[in-house]
Amino acid sequence: MKMSVQILTANRLGDGAVVYRAKAGGWTERLSESLLLATPENAAPVLAAAETPQASLEIVGPYLMPVDTRGGQIRPVETREFIRAQGPSVQFGNGHDVENTPLSLAG
Amino acid sequence: MPLIKEGVLAEDSWQSLADEDELREGPIVVTLERWQSERDSLLARNTPLGVRLRSDQSPALVAEDLERFGLVALEFPKFNDGRAYSYARLLRDRYGFKGEVRAVGGVFRDQFLLMQRCGFDAFEVADKAAVEAWEKAISEISVTYQPGADARRPALALRRNRPAA
Amino acid sequence: MYRYDEFDHTLVTERVHQFRDQVERRLSGELTEDQFKPLRLMNGLYLQLHAYMLRVAVPYGTLSSTQMRKLAYIARRYDKGYGHFTTRQNIQFNWPKLEETPDILAELAEVEMHAIQTSGNCIRNTTSDQFAGAAADEIEDPRVYCEIIRQWSTLHPEFTFLPRKFKIAVTGADHDRAAVRVHDIGLQMRRNEAGEVGFEVIVGGGLGRTPVIGQTIREFLPKQHLLSYLEAILRVYNQLGRRDNLYKARIKILVRSEGIENFARLVEEEWSHIKDSALQLPEDEITRIETYFAPPRYERLEDTVREFEVKRFEDRDFASWVRTNVTAHKEPGYAVATISLKPTGKPPGDASAWQMDAVADLAESYSFSEIRVTHEQNLVLPNVRKADLYALWQSLRDVELATPNAGLLSDMIACPGLDYCNLANARSIPVAQRISERFSDLERQHDIGSLKIKISGCINACGHHHVGHIGLLGVDKKGEEFYQITLGGSADENTAIGKIVGPAFSYDDVVDAVEKIVDTYLNIRSEDEEFSDTFRRVGLTPFKETLYAAH
Repeated sequence: MKMSVQILTANRLGDGAVVYRAKAGGWTERLSESLLLATPENAAPVLAAAETPQASLEIVGPYLMPVDTRGGQIRPVETREFIRAQGPSVQFGNGHDVENTPLSLAG
Repeated sequence: MPLIKEGVLAEDSWQSLADEDELREGPIVVTLERWQSERDSLLARNTPLGVRLRSDQSPALVAEDLERFGLVALEFPKFNDGRAYSYARLLRDRYGFKGEVRAVGGVFRDQFLLMQRCGFDAFEVADKAAVEAWEKAISEISVTYQPGADARRPALALRRNRPAA
Repeated sequence: MYRYDEFDHTLVTERVHQFRDQVERRLSGELTEDQFKPLRLMNGLYLQLHAYMLRVAVPYGTLSSTQMRKLAYIARRYDKGYGHFTTRQNIQFNWPKLEETPDILAELAEVEMHAIQTSGNCIRNTTSDQFAGAAADEIEDPRVYCEIIRQWSTLHPEFTFLPRKFKIAVTGADHDRAAVRVHDIGLQMRRNEAGEVGFEVIVGGGLGRTPVIGQTIREFLPKQHLLSYLEAILRVYNQLGRRDNLYKARIKILVRSEGIENFARLVEEEWSHIKDSALQLPEDEITRIETYFAPPRYERLEDTVREFEVKRFEDRDFASWVRTNVTAHKEPGYAVATISLKPTGKPPGDASAWQMDAVADLAESYSFSEIRVTHEQNLVLPNVRKADLYALWQSLRDVELATPNAGLLSDMIACPGLDYCNLANARSIPVAQRISERFSDLERQHDIGSLKIKISGCINACGHHHVGHIGLLGVDKKGEEFYQITLGGSADENTAIGKIVGPAFSYDDVVDAVEKIVDTYLNIRSEDEEFSDTFRRVGLTPFKETLYAAH
């Protein structure tokens, strides 16, 4: 089985938002800006750096996730990561007064 | 390891022995297994004796012998293994144990109040910061709703003693 | 309703300060996430997929208008304008910031609310019958004892690190709306031969990975011994419950491995030592709490209300709502109104801030400012004059809260599922939405009759799928969402665990499967037979045949 490319994700400490380790350093909310880790050897030190006490001042629960990079776009592989990346797939709050466009998992 | 007694950093007069350690002079704390296998020789000594119980060892196992112990140490292998809270209640409420009940292992400041309410009166902690936090930790919640093994009076009793409005 | 005195106020206020301090210690790095996590969970703060989630306790499901307005305010000020009512009669906010949660807790404390013990391996919010105090079939108001249990269990020093979470439910009525047989402890109020009121104590029920129906450990427990008996059960469990395996740690597993007789013997032995201790409830304390739950000042009314009957005759839509959403009240001329949080195609249990405000206003106008949250994720106005029902219904319609579907197919329970939850394997809410859209014809739903569909996004069973007439359990099959279907479950006094009908269905196929099950039922039911009765009569076979015939 071909090893898929991974990225490092976590939740931001302050508001719990989904973030990714950014190419430019630090953390980003955009998948497209995330740092691609082609091999487990690349990934290990990046994960280790995110598990230090210093990193825990910024983020919670870092882990590696596989991504699909075909066509030059970074896309999650798992349903769960799609939902983490794009927000709930449903309109919430009965659709009132809330800024929320449900994502479509189709395609 | 720093020891908290009566709210301050205390000198620890007890020595906790591993099963392979030689017996020595002065107050010692032994495991339940050692107490059970070397009971006679331990009693022949004329210095204070304590017993250390793992979280799967109920004080019911030593209930008959408690008067021989000056200290019972209850282990918290992890902070979230809560069995010893019940053991401390049993020691104080059921068996009337008057000696020291010491919390050892995963003992954090956010648990001091709960432990004290269950009857612990000595706490082995990881560092001195925990000692400094003691006063605040045991006083930040002043209301109790249940009778415990401590001297705090639960809200029910205080309400009943309240002068009629 | 219960009102805080100085002790209750002091405790929740101190608890807010304590949590503020803990949050500061986490943000400054003094506490690691591993150390902080149990502390935040003790205050109901989870970290979900996209954000933190704060679960606020609604003790035994009772809210005042003032409290509901505060929840609306919190939704607007600190969240995204809505909240989600849960199967444990609580409310969850899905987008709070960590730094702001102490402020939210301070806001809640102002209206005598808190988030204490809404998570963690401790005694959780005690739940009850949503019609308590108003139900015609009730021995006594169970909320009196829920409040006594709330206080006793709050920051209980001995039971804060149990093997696993612990849920208690109390009902005072013969018809069990609180699902007491699927709780760690269920308390069913009973009258003994001498005419005294006490409790049948049921232990070891639960859903989750291993659904178990609770067993009676004591037929009759006098009231004054309530707390000592609970303490005895908890003390036995705290010492002997398994701590080596998360999935075997609930009390149901201990009761099963010990056997109910032996478990009862251990509890009775423990109880014999503490029965007459300070835990004994003084008569005057019970009376003191009872006064808080004294009935509101009902007017003396005729039970038949002409204007109500006329409106019901004239307005078909109103009649349809009355049929499903209005329940008999013990007082003549009054009724209990259920406000459905299950409009077609919307997430079950969600309410927007302005809907919460509207409900608070309506409760003030029509229900002595009192609101209930149900374990089926709806709201209830418990004390409405029949003469006011029409005006109430019109106002509810204006805020999209008048869906006439209580107890019908579209009144589904669904957990948050993979749209929010870290534990979920599959989505629940969109499945519920698609089912309610498929069955959006209310005539059809009325024809189908009482049918409870319950959906969980994983084996933890927050959506109570085991006790749904039709239960759906989301599972992950090689990264795809699939749904296993169970039939014949029930959560009331005839508690039953549903049986698996066969191989799971994909996300795309599951709604068709539900429709086939319903059609099969319609074909084989005898006149007026409800789904659960038909199922008891015919079993799985006819459903299996239609579901898997083509395969």
